[in-house]
Amino acid sequence: MTTPPTPQAPSQRQAPAPQHSPQTAPAGPYTSPIPVRRATLGDAIASEWTKIRSVRSTMWTLGVMIVLLLGIGLLATLAVNTVDSDLGSTPVLSLGFFGVLLGSICVITLGVMTIASEYGTGMIRTTLTACPSRARVLGAKAIVFFLLTFVITTVTTALVAVMQTAFIESAAPSGGDWLRATVGVGLYTATLGLLALAVGALIRHSAGAITIMIGVVLLPLVLAMFMFAESLSDLRLALFQYSIPSQLSALYSTSVADSGPSGWDSLWIMLGVTAVAMICAFVTLDRRDV
Amino acid sequence: MIEAVGLTKRYGAKTAVSNLSFQVRPGTVTGFLGPNGSGKSTTMRMILGLDQPTSGHVTIGGHPFRSLPNAPRQVGALLDAKAVHGGRSARNHLLSLAQLAGIPAARVDEVLGVVGLQDVARKRSKGFSLGMGQRLGIAAALLGDPQVLLFDEPVNGLDPEGILWVRNLMKMLASEGRTVFVSSHLMSEMALTADHLIVIGRGQLLADMNVKEFISANSADFARVRVADGLAERREKLTTSLTEAGGRVMSEPDGALRVTGLPLPRISEVAHESDVRLWELSPHQASLEEAYMRMTQSVVDYRSTADQKAGLQQPAAHGHGQPGYEPPQPPVPQVPQQNWYAPPPPGQNPSAAAPAGPAAATADLTKRDTSEDAR
Repeated sequence: MTTPPTPQAPSQRQAPAPQHSPQTAPAGPYTSPIPVRRATLGDAIASEWTKIRSVRSTMWTLGVMIVLLLGIGLLATLAVNTVDSDLGSTPVLSLGFFGVLLGSICVITLGVMTIASEYGTGMIRTTLTACPSRARVLGAKAIVFFLLTFVITTVTTALVAVMQTAFIESAAPSGGDWLRATVGVGLYTATLGLLALAVGALIRHSAGAITIMIGVVLLPLVLAMFMFAESLSDLRLALFQYSIPSQLSALYSTSVADSGPSGWDSLWIMLGVTAVAMICAFVTLDRRDV
Repeated sequence: MIEAVGLTKRYGAKTAVSNLSFQVRPGTVTGFLGPNGSGKSTTMRMILGLDQPTSGHVTIGGHPFRSLPNAPRQVGALLDAKAVHGGRSARNHLLSLAQLAGIPAARVDEVLGVVGLQDVARKRSKGFSLGMGQRLGIAAALLGDPQVLLFDEPVNGLDPEGILWVRNLMKMLASEGRTVFVSSHLMSEMALTADHLIVIGRGQLLADMNVKEFISANSADFARVRVADGLAERREKLTTSLTEAGGRVMSEPDGALRVTGLPLPRISEVAHESDVRLWELSPHQASLEEAYMRMTQSVVDYRSTADQKAGLQQPAAHGHGQPGYEPPQPPVPQVPQQNWYAPPPPGQNPSAAAPAGPAAATADLTKRDTSEDAR
């Protein structure tokens, strides 16, 4: 088949030719003048710190948590003082419990958002292109989030505890009580947040993961309240004892149930559960398509 | 150098990418073309280790992406311009990526300058336009000054100035000896940017060749002939004469004829001999766009149909209201059916070699009338 010979055809054919002309053959593969340095976990932690401090949701959730802890702690102190009631055997530090329980919802939200927001925005693909090691990304997120929430919760609960012991007359708490009500509660809350982070990595959807975590915190207690049947009494007791609010109050030596975890037991239980969840999160992050 | 071998990805029953093997070499811009949903992005994600191939493998410089010793310094990618946390400023976004990859923070301001976002570096990326988002994504890809670059639809949403900039950037990056792999569904853009083309459709490799080879292998020149007054019987007459003279004639939707196989002067002579006046006799070369459309038309997943609004019109509207109103006729489609395209070049076209007798001519005509593929 012949081509209509025309004056235009050659010009049309040649027009794009300069664009396609082979580039001056490069001497070899490109090497960057910027010195190459192997990225480490430390780099990933710095990156996650930049990420967590540069979004407003972090400021909001942590701000609300601090306000809740301080506000409810202050209200509880005022309430006890105005009615001048006798706390009886209730330890004075346990007044911080309600604030921490509400504040833990903020920690859960932040924990979920730390990873699920990356899935929501698609940022996770950029992140995993910049760092193909899933373990390093997940580890850095966990470390940064855990330290941040631990420090903030511990400092705030300590402030509340100081305020309450100063204004309410009761038996002075022991050193162990102090440690559990501040560092213990801080560790427990941060670990609960870490569990939320793991759930966020598994569910990959912010709202879904937050709902699940709030269910995990509240549902056992609510369910137990409605288990009237005698045959379920063992289950009911277990739900009471091992529900998260009950475990939290055990750190204040005021368990909802009389038996069950006491002292530091709650923290070990939570650490165990969170470790399992984090392993699941890592395995799925490693295996699943992003 | 990117090398894919037998790459296959299935999502349940749907096969997104099927047995794809290709190489992307350094020093050139390689265009990755295919209609929407043909598996371009899936392939890109598999190259970056984000999706696991169902079978086959893909390596960059001999290693799978996830086991590259220093991945972000060797490979940079723009996958999705919107894959950014909207609440974070452009600078913080890039800073976090630089820190993750162990790249000095000073490089962040450098790439912000390269993509021209320095003035909005501290603005939250939520307010960015699509074009600014693309620039931010390109900045992220350039951050590690990598040897291999992947861009998925980099010119989407860019203004003409931005498109020109991306085009020159790609060429510049390739001329430095980098491997540049750019996906697009815009053939016209790739014609200006790429040196080499990899074309896929429905997840399968359709072509893997030089741009110039691609054009010559997939297009042919033709002459457009328009008969005076567009009279049907004269057109028929000319068609018969041209076919007898050894040409191949196809109708275009507006009444013009596409003639191949005859030089322009010969067409003029034939028209003169059969006493048909011409209004147009013009040379055309099938564009890369057309070659690409012809290649991929059978594998387009999402094809639009005319919006007929059937059953939704109110029958009473004809009675009153607008007496002179006629419902708009569906426009002649700009993307023609198969036999409007220029035929493939000699050698690929079995009917081109066939002797063009009167019988063949009538057969050709009837076939054309039923708008079947004469080839």
